[in-house]
Amino acid sequence: MSAAADILVIDDEPVVEDAVIKICALDNYSVEVAANVKSAIEKILKNYYPIIVCDIMMPDGDGFQILDELHNRSIDSSVIMTTGYSTVENAVNSLYMGAIDFIPKPFTVDELLNSVFRANRYQQIKNRQKSFSMQNQNMELLYVNCPVKYLRLGYASWMFEERDGSVLIGVCDLFLKTIETVKEIELQQHDEEIIQGISCLSVISADERTHKMLSPISGRIVEVNENIKLNPSLIEKDPYFEGWIYRVIPTNIEYEKKHLIMCSSELL
Amino acid sequence: MFKKIGFRLIFAVALTSLTIIGVFAYFNVQSHSKSLLVEVERHANQLGETVISSTRFDMMLNQRDRIQQVINSIGTQPQIRDVRILNKVGEVIYSSDSTTINRMVDKKAESCYACHSANAPLEKISITERTRIFRIHPDSSRVIGIITPIYNEKSCWQADCHAHPKNQKVLGVLDVTISLADVDKTIQKSELEIVVFAIVAILGVGLLIGFFVRRWVSLPVNNLLGATKQVSMGNLNYSIKDMGADEIGMLAHSFNNMTKKLSEARMQLFQSDKMASLGRLAAGVAHEINNPLTGVLTYSSFLLKRTKDNAEFQDDLKVIVRETLRCREIVKSLLDFARQTVPKKNNADLNEIIDKAVTVIENQLQINKVKLIKEVDKFLPKITVDANQMQQVFINLFVNAADAIGENGGTLRVVTHQISLSPYGLAQIKKAVCPKRHNLLDNEFKIGGFPSLKVKVISENKEGIIHLDPVYGKHRNVYDLGFAIGKDAKFVCPDCNISLVQQDSTCPVCNAPILAFDTSGHGIYEVCSSEKNNWERWEFVDSAGLSEYIEIKISDTGAGINNEDLSKIFEPFFSTKGQKGTGLGLAVIWGIIDNHNGTITVESEVGKGTSFVIRLPLAQQR
Repeated sequence: MSAAADILVIDDEPVVEDAVIKICALDNYSVEVAANVKSAIEKILKNYYPIIVCDIMMPDGDGFQILDELHNRSIDSSVIMTTGYSTVENAVNSLYMGAIDFIPKPFTVDELLNSVFRANRYQQIKNRQKSFSMQNQNMELLYVNCPVKYLRLGYASWMFEERDGSVLIGVCDLFLKTIETVKEIELQQHDEEIIQGISCLSVISADERTHKMLSPISGRIVEVNENIKLNPSLIEKDPYFEGWIYRVIPTNIEYEKKHLIMCSSELL
Repeated sequence: MFKKIGFRLIFAVALTSLTIIGVFAYFNVQSHSKSLLVEVERHANQLGETVISSTRFDMMLNQRDRIQQVINSIGTQPQIRDVRILNKVGEVIYSSDSTTINRMVDKKAESCYACHSANAPLEKISITERTRIFRIHPDSSRVIGIITPIYNEKSCWQADCHAHPKNQKVLGVLDVTISLADVDKTIQKSELEIVVFAIVAILGVGLLIGFFVRRWVSLPVNNLLGATKQVSMGNLNYSIKDMGADEIGMLAHSFNNMTKKLSEARMQLFQSDKMASLGRLAAGVAHEINNPLTGVLTYSSFLLKRTKDNAEFQDDLKVIVRETLRCREIVKSLLDFARQTVPKKNNADLNEIIDKAVTVIENQLQINKVKLIKEVDKFLPKITVDANQMQQVFINLFVNAADAIGENGGTLRVVTHQISLSPYGLAQIKKAVCPKRHNLLDNEFKIGGFPSLKVKVISENKEGIIHLDPVYGKHRNVYDLGFAIGKDAKFVCPDCNISLVQQDSTCPVCNAPILAFDTSGHGIYEVCSSEKNNWERWEFVDSAGLSEYIEIKISDTGAGINNEDLSKIFEPFFSTKGQKGTGLGLAVIWGIIDNHNGTITVESEVGKGTSFVIRLPLAQQR
C-alpha cells in the first residue's frame, strides 16, 4: 500500500473538510477527503492513511461503520472521531470501538492539531513496536500497559475500583508517550462532577500543546492527588500507582464499565 | 322517563304501599260491614221479640184487629220494610203490607227455607239460621229478613177461642224484613274513604320519596354525570364540590381524587413529552449549528494563527473566536438542558453570583426604571452550589420582578444574610412506619404540600383517620373526625390496628397519650394525641442542633400575585405572562433549589409586590 496522503477526512460538510485541510497544512500534513461512508471505505481499501478524521453522522451511514471496517480488515489507522451531535454515548462508543480520540464540533485549530499530533505520535510508537517485533529483537519497552484489573477508556485514561467502592482515575502511559514531556496539568477541584467521555483534565506539554483527557467514568471527585500538583512529572514516572489523578465516588459504574476495555486485553 | 332511577324508586314504593293499604282496607271494610250486619241482625231479632211480646196479649184474646194495628204501626218505621205473621200452613195472617194478607207463602220462599229445607220442618233454629240477607229484585237494595217462631204454650191451648190444639209445637212465624240500604250506604262510604285515603297516601309517599330521591340521588348523580362529561371533554381541573359522607359523597371524593391523579399524570406525561421533543429539537439544532460553527471557529482560529504579527487583526479575530466559543457553550448548554445534567457544584460566593446576574439584566432594569437596592452580607461564607444554575435562578427572579414592576418603575430589593434555623418548623418527616413496618405516610392527604402522617382513631365504636403535619413544629394537624375523641380512645395503624400510643409516658402538657412514630433511621418522632395542644418532640433532629443557612430575599414593588395563582406558580407550564412566557422558569428554579437541598417560598400581595425567599443549607447533605 502506498501512502497517498497522511490524513483522510471523512465529513459531509465541505466547510469542515476545507477547514481541516487548511489546519493540517499548518503542520505539513497532506489531506484527502471523502464526503460519505461509501467513498471513504473505497479510499481506505485502496490506500493506507495513517490518520483518519471521521464525522459520525453522515448521509449514508455513520462513522462507526468505518471503525468496524478498519477493525475487520486489521487496518491500524489512528481514527479521530468528531461530531456535531456530541453526546457522551458517541464519545465513549467511539473510543470503545477503537478510535483514539473524540473531539466535539465545533473545534478550534489547536484542538484538532493537538489531537492529530497525538495520533501521529501514536502511529510512530506503534510502527516502532511493530518493527521491533518483526526483527524479533528483545522488545524495547516503549510504553507500559496498564496493570491487570484496571479498565481503560480507549488508550487515554484508566480507572481502578478500590475495595471501599471509590474509584481511582489516571492517565495511561501510552497517552503520555504521545504527548512527550508533561509540563503542567490543569486539574478539576475536589467535589466537582466528572462525566464519562467528557474532558476531566488538560495536560500541557513542553511544546505548549494542550491535550484534553476524557474521563473513564462519571462521578464526584472526593480527592485530588496533591503530589501531582506539586510535581506533574510524577504521572510520567509512575502513571498507574503514585501518579493517580482523582479519587471519585462513581455514579453509575456498572453501566459505564461496559464501555471500558480490560487492560489485560490485547485490543488497541 | 321510566328509565330514571327516581321514578323507578317512586313506582316501587307506590306499588308497595298500594298493596299494604289495599290488603289493610279489604280486611278493615270486611270487619266493619260484618259488625254493622251483626248489629242490624241483633236489632231485627229484638224487633221480632218485641212484636211477639207486644201482640201476645192480643193473641190470647184473639183480637185480630189490634194485632194488625200493632203490626201496621211497626211497619211504618222507615227501615222496616215488612212485618208479617204467618200461620202454620204458610198463610199470611197479618202483614204491614195489607195486599199480602191471606196469601200463601211458598215453602221454598226465603223466609221459610231455613226450617223447611229438610223434609220435616225444624222446630228450634239458632238466630243465624233464622236470618238471611237477600235482594227482592236483583237491582233493589239488600234486605235482611229474620223469622221468629211463635211457639205454642199453655195459655194458647187453654184460651177461650180454642184455636190451637195442645200438641201443636209451633203456631206460626213472625217474619220481619229490614232494609239494609243505610248499612250498605255506610259500607260504601267507608270503602270510598279508604280508596281516597289510599290515593292520598300513595301520592304523599311518592312525593316525599321523590323529594328525597331528588335530593340524595338525582342531584348528586347529575353532578357526577356533569363532572364525568367535563373530564371526558378534557377539563381535568374540574372538581365536584363536597357532597357529604354518604356513598355518593365518597364516590365524588374518589372521583375528585382520580381526576387529580389523572391531571398530575397528564402533567407529568406532558412535561416529559415536552422535554423529549425539546431534547430532539436541541439535538437536531446542535448538529445543524455545530457544523457551520466549526467552519467559523476553525477559520477564525486559523487566521488568528496566521496573523500573529498583525495586532489589529489579532484583536478583531480574537473577538470572533471568543464569541464563537460562546456559541459553542450555548449549544452545549442547550444539550445539557435537554439532558438535565447534574448540578456542577463548587464553592462559590453567592454575592458574586448575584452581581453577575445583575449585570446580565441591567439593561432591562433600566428600561423598566427599576431601582435596585442590594443589602448583602459582605461576610457571607462560601457555599457549595452550581454557580451557573444559581445565576440562572437569580436572573429568572430578577426578570420576573422587572416584568411585575412594569414600565412605571419601582424597587427591587435583594437581601442576603446568614441565618441559623432550628430544625423545629423545618425538618420534615420523610418516612414513618408502625411497629409492624406499615407505611404511615399518606400521599393522598398532603399538608403544606408534603404527605401527612395518618393515624386511625377508634373511640366509642366510631372510627376515623386523623392526619398529622409531617413538618416538625408546624402542627397543622387535621382532626376531621366528626366525633369527639373519648378518654379511652385508641390510636392505631390504619393497616394493622397496632397501637401507636407510647406506653410509659403521657403528654407533659395535658397528660393525653403520646403518639410515637418510627421515622426509619431518624429516631422516634413523638406528638401529643390531643387536638388542643402543640406538644411534639423529635430528639433525633433536636440533637443535631441549629443548622446554618444562607437566606436570599428578593422583593419587588410590582403588581403582586393573587392568592389563587400563588399556589400554582411553581408548577410547570403555569404562566401569567400569556404568550410571552413558557411557564417553565419558576418550575426550573424550584428544581434547582430543591437539587441544592434548599427551599424557596413566596409571599405576595396584589398591588404591593412579591417577595421570594431562598434558603440554602451551608452544610450540603448528601
